[in-house]
Amino acid sequence: MHSVECRNTFFLLFLLRNAKLLLSLQVIDHYENPRNVGSLPKSDPNVGTGVVGAPACGDVMKLQILVNEETGEIQEVKFKTFGCGSAIASSSFATEKIKGMKVWDAKGVKNTDIAKELSLPPVKLHCSMLAEDAIKSAVKDWETKRAARLGGKAAPLPGQPKDEVHV
Amino acid sequence: MNRLSAVLRRLPCTSPLRHFATGAAKASVANTRPIYLDMQATSPTDPRVLDAMLPLMTWEHGNPHSRTHQYGWEAEKSVEVAREQIAKLIGAADPKEIIFTSGATEANNTAIKGVARFYKSTKKHIITTQTEHKCVLDSCRVLQDEGFDVTYLPVKQNGLIDLEQLEAAIRPDTALVSIMTVNNEIGVIQPIAEIGALCRSKKVFFHTDAAQALGKIPLNVNDMNIDLMSLSGHKVYGPRGIGALYVRRRPRVRLEPLITGGGQERGLRSGTVPAGLCVGFGEACRVAQEELEYDSKRIKMLSNRLIEGITSKVTHVIRNGDPVASYPGCVNLSFAYVEGESLLMALKDIALSSGSACTSASLEPSYVLRAIGADDETAHSSIRFGIGRFTTVEEIDFVVQRVVERVGRLREMSPLWEMVQDGIDLKTIQWTQH
Repeated sequence: MHSVECRNTFFLLFLLRNAKLLLSLQVIDHYENPRNVGSLPKSDPNVGTGVVGAPACGDVMKLQILVNEETGEIQEVKFKTFGCGSAIASSSFATEKIKGMKVWDAKGVKNTDIAKELSLPPVKLHCSMLAEDAIKSAVKDWETKRAARLGGKAAPLPGQPKDEVHV
Repeated sequence: MNRLSAVLRRLPCTSPLRHFATGAAKASVANTRPIYLDMQATSPTDPRVLDAMLPLMTWEHGNPHSRTHQYGWEAEKSVEVAREQIAKLIGAADPKEIIFTSGATEANNTAIKGVARFYKSTKKHIITTQTEHKCVLDSCRVLQDEGFDVTYLPVKQNGLIDLEQLEAAIRPDTALVSIMTVNNEIGVIQPIAEIGALCRSKKVFFHTDAAQALGKIPLNVNDMNIDLMSLSGHKVYGPRGIGALYVRRRPRVRLEPLITGGGQERGLRSGTVPAGLCVGFGEACRVAQEELEYDSKRIKMLSNRLIEGITSKVTHVIRNGDPVASYPGCVNLSFAYVEGESLLMALKDIALSSGSACTSASLEPSYVLRAIGADDETAHSSIRFGIGRFTTVEEIDFVVQRVVERVGRLREMSPLWEMVQDGIDLKTIQWTQH
């Protein structure tokens, strides 16, 4: 088993050197075993969906969050990504990072956090920016849905900072 | 092979060349390294080629231009034999028409810049296509800076040029038409004989980059009216670092050399000719001529097996380039809704190349796929499978199985695939350009 893993690592290094990139082991791990792949029901009032990127650019990321109505906690996160290995790894990492966070805290996740954690090379920094956008877009979708449902009566959730309340 | 084996037996047991001597090459190499399916990038050296080269790399070390001793004479004789072998494979009447270069890139540079600069007092125009190799396109750009006019012909959706368009583009001051024989990315074969006849009738020189065609399809510079032809050693199971330019003597094509000096190679390419590499290239051509028919049939069979194997189990696969007028050893497939680079990563136990240039900093997909009018999604999803002389049926079956499995897995992860399954037309979506 050990030798098989060594061999796999060798293959990857061989391939990646050819691609003039040296991806970190975290990227390879998230790419090979992506966390939270899948979809949540789009029509669920507590699900926020963000789709960012474009096929023309070679990256499309879909990130969905299921938010607890009472506490504002992100209970479930799912993603699907069309893109390179770094894009898949960035989205997988982002889902892990925001799961369990308060929805207003998730908005504060910066692309630099993702890039740093995954040690993305400069040419792949746009992947982490896309992941940040996907989180923001999903949260915004959830907020819009909630505001539409509750009208002007959208009360702040327990623990939500005052300036974050959208009326 | 005996002489080679004798040398190899004396090598330390860690030497990779030992594989040839022990006959264990297939078994042990295949088990520890990825399957090689990138024959358009470079091909493995045929053991017969290495065998022919070894004497020149060791005891027959003379400079072929030395006229004063036996070492020089021996080397010169070997180089001349190689020149004949290459000339024979392309049907050239006179071996003197073969000029050794460092590779096809140098041959293309020499041909295009050389002809244009030689005839610049009367001719100012060059014609090429949008799907040429980068070294042809770049040579043309340099000439544009020098004041030449260049027409980049578009190609049809199948990757082939329109002969009427070519005819219309030829002007009285056109010096050269440069159109490649086999495309390196999509494998399409241009109608070289027709282009040659047209150029001859218009009295325009015709250059073709045949690096990907040599030894793969029958070529004859006289039947096809080719005036200049670029060749490469390492695409035809020969050594890397050697190529050649065919320059027609009757009617004579004249060119200004890129490299000047000792006046070797009819003054067109100065510098000591690398005798060992030349002999390897010559032997590779001899072997290619011998094996052409057998190789063609076998590669066609493997290619069909690969294409049928994949398309029978995976939907939404597009073959880029004309399915008939193409070299079967170069199969460029687009797996819609899966990004090419992530697929390459998923197929890490197969050495492949993506048609997409996403590995570089630019997010632009391949210019060749752009030129054939591929959608953005398609151009970002392409993979090139290069099948060669040493590819086996088992390897192809393994590749088919892996591709089917991995494309399925990546599609399960693809939001585009999900949308298509839900019946959403991707063209109607407003994408947020990043």
